[in-house]
Amino acid sequence: MSRHSLFSLMGPRVSDQELLTRGARYAAPTVTLALARILLVVSIFFPYWSMMLEAPQYPDGLEIVAFVNTLAGDVQEVDGLNHYIGMRPLGEAASFERASSVWMIVAMFLLIEGAASVRSRWAVLLVLPALLFPLGFIVDLQFWLHHFGQNLDPHAPLSSSVKPFTAPAIGVGEIGQFRTIARLETGWWLAAAGSLVTVVGLVLHRRAYKPLHDAAKHRGAIGVAG
Amino acid sequence: MSLRIPISVLSLAMTIGVGASFVYDVPEAYAQDTKKKQRRKEVDAAPVELNATTVAELTKIANERKLRVEDLSAALKTYLPSGTHDDYIIFASGGHSGQVFMIGVPSMRLLRTIAVFTPEPWQGYGYPVGEEILAAGKHEGKDILWGDTHHPALSETGGEYDGQYLFIGDKANARLAVIDLRDMETKQIVKNPLTISDHGASFVTPDSDYIVEGGQYSTPLGFNYASVDDYQAAYRGMVTLWKFDRAAGRVDVKKSFALELPPYFQDLFDSGKKASDGLIFGNSFCVESVTPGFNIGEVNFEAGCSQRDTDYLHIIDWKKAEKVFAKGGAKLVNGFPVISIKTAVDEGILCLTPEPKSPHGVDVTPNGEFVVIAGKLDPHVTVYSTKKIREAIAAKKYSGSDVYGVPVLDFDSVMEKQVELGLGPLHTQYDDKGYAYTSLFLDSAVARWTLGGEYASKHSEEPWKLVTKTPVQYNIGHLVAAEGDSVSPDGRYLVAMNKWSLDRFFPTGPLLPQNFQLVDINNPGTVMPVLYDMPVGVGEPHYAQMIKADKLKPWTVYPAIGWNPQTQSIDPTAVKAGEEKIVRDGHDVTVYMTAVRSHFAPDRVEVTEGDNITWKITSLEQSIDTTHGFCIGGYNINLSLEPGEAATIHFKAGKPGVYPFYCTEFCSALHLEMLGYFVVKPADGAVKVTEASSK
Repeated sequence: MSRHSLFSLMGPRVSDQELLTRGARYAAPTVTLALARILLVVSIFFPYWSMMLEAPQYPDGLEIVAFVNTLAGDVQEVDGLNHYIGMRPLGEAASFERASSVWMIVAMFLLIEGAASVRSRWAVLLVLPALLFPLGFIVDLQFWLHHFGQNLDPHAPLSSSVKPFTAPAIGVGEIGQFRTIARLETGWWLAAAGSLVTVVGLVLHRRAYKPLHDAAKHRGAIGVAG
Repeated sequence: MSLRIPISVLSLAMTIGVGASFVYDVPEAYAQDTKKKQRRKEVDAAPVELNATTVAELTKIANERKLRVEDLSAALKTYLPSGTHDDYIIFASGGHSGQVFMIGVPSMRLLRTIAVFTPEPWQGYGYPVGEEILAAGKHEGKDILWGDTHHPALSETGGEYDGQYLFIGDKANARLAVIDLRDMETKQIVKNPLTISDHGASFVTPDSDYIVEGGQYSTPLGFNYASVDDYQAAYRGMVTLWKFDRAAGRVDVKKSFALELPPYFQDLFDSGKKASDGLIFGNSFCVESVTPGFNIGEVNFEAGCSQRDTDYLHIIDWKKAEKVFAKGGAKLVNGFPVISIKTAVDEGILCLTPEPKSPHGVDVTPNGEFVVIAGKLDPHVTVYSTKKIREAIAAKKYSGSDVYGVPVLDFDSVMEKQVELGLGPLHTQYDDKGYAYTSLFLDSAVARWTLGGEYASKHSEEPWKLVTKTPVQYNIGHLVAAEGDSVSPDGRYLVAMNKWSLDRFFPTGPLLPQNFQLVDINNPGTVMPVLYDMPVGVGEPHYAQMIKADKLKPWTVYPAIGWNPQTQSIDPTAVKAGEEKIVRDGHDVTVYMTAVRSHFAPDRVEVTEGDNITWKITSLEQSIDTTHGFCIGGYNINLSLEPGEAATIHFKAGKPGVYPFYCTEFCSALHLEMLGYFVVKPADGAVKVTEASSK
């Protein structure tokens, strides 16, 4: 790799003098992006999404809780009910996503770390997966809800009375005697907060390193600081 | 460079975090947590405000229904809106039904029965699951198909109900049962090898180390023949101390023993507590030792055995008895260790003291300081001081000894007070305000009276005095107050267990129900109204225990799929989902079946006449109230498969034919469709047997 391409990737170096005089300016994106990473890792331990199912014979309701890597709550009972309408077991949904999510989060973590390390606009690209992750989660969830709701076994006992449907990923739906209330949970909000903090981090990143870039360009020289 | 350090720390944190996410089962922890949360919204408890319109409306209803003001008050104190739960739970003996009744207080609603000594089809008890528990209660090899359940006892820790186990005795056959209160199922029946009738069962020592089973009608110990004419020489009473192994949830028969007692008819027993911990008190009747068929002049048996003014209160030092038993001081009678009267007297285990004749209740006060004897044929209750008893034993203050050589403590040295209450005092319990409550059988009333000693400061009345009597309908036997025989009674509620109901309910033919009457004992003094009548038309309950509902932690589903309620653990051989099959080995056929709404898998089972069948079935359900039944007509097979439960039954394929099996609980919309065929083919082998495994 030539010195030029390395420079375009990493951005200009910050001199020790500059760090001493304007430390806060350079610390800000580092600290902010660190916070974003923490939020992302912590979110693994919290549910991202839940669906409450209410029906007369379930006064306490049934609850399906989605973590990035697994499902919890009354999965068995809901699967049992779903077999009457011919829906596949929930465990068969999004199996790739659940298996890979923790590693994807590790990757996103490392990418943000990379973004905090580079001093160039590549930082934007590096944080992009983490930035879009919360949105992607919802899109993927809605895809699976649609896919499962639309592909019911036509031989199921209740196939004549319950037609294919799509439960909303967020908000209230209705199916048979059940009312479904779907909402985003703590884990998702932590990841979303992580996204927001990442955006702030990017702005601070730009504020810190853009002037160095501009100065370097202006001088038309490479490696001034080195 | 200093900025790089936090980043490495972060990476380390991430590694630990991600690693932890694999090791620590977050969803499981979350599920446990949410299970505990009551997701249901609390009932809106906004204060009631009556205005002119609502008052008029309520008055109209009251007048139309001919209700008095006190009726309205009683209704308000007992009515539970749908979905709300009772504050207390009664476990009542089911009398002849051989069961236990679980009743809510103050609503007085029967919540369920618990099958104990009698096969019971709804719970699938003895059809054939549970047969081995019932079989342990055989008498001399003979199946006993009923029980006369008398006295239930809740397990205690430090004299407090701990809500873990319930014990109950069967008077007719001298048996004791252990019920696990996690699933409200009978786990063990033990048959007393010494005798055929008991009465003082069951009462526990303060930490449930022992369950006391006092005998009743004297017979030769060990169930042998001896002529009634040899009564004094050959007939004996007894009290058995069954060792309870709490960890195992079972009576440990090998560590249990009995005491031989004189052939007085021992009646009720109670364990000392606190001040009197270490003692057991038991009363008796018929110390005259007259026998049925032996008339004294023109007097018949029942009068003959009430000739003397006093019977004997038995005082037993069970801690000493335990040591003597451990040292090998017991002799085997019918294979069961018994400490003889002579040994008991020599070792200072047993003594007697006179008590008013034909008593019933012998009830230790919560602090253990007093024992109250209710002498049915004496208008008093007699109160003994346990301190004075101990002092008299130490000082050997005997007024003599009985014909069996048992020392008799001087009555005046141990008696504290006699309190006149009325006719037919029978049984006593206590509250938190220093009152005692005694049932008066002949007066048909509940008497409230004041205790003395340290209780004198708890009430405003003079100690040892009758305060009030509330008439009950009719002929009250035992009574039960909230935690009324523990070291800390709650007061509030009392239930009179009336033997007769006469006119209280719509006539049910010549056989009438018993009447449980709820009495409000919340206010001190003379106000003690009856609130509610509950008919019990299943058997004659004798005694009951009333426990604060929140001390019970019953399971609503078994902890895991494949649960064996008999061992209270997962059955490693239980059929798992996806492993359903039928395995044949010559004439032995094993069916591995699962049940889940609304399907048995496999649902066609084909065998040959004469095959030995092992049928294993697991409920895959894990939701509350999703019980499945499983019955095969013509085979006396009906299982109750509660969520997660696994069962194994054995039977022989009988006459060739087609036996539909089906779910006997309305489990789901497709409940009727939850069935299968059990096909028994003729043995001539003309039909080829097909290996079937359907899902």
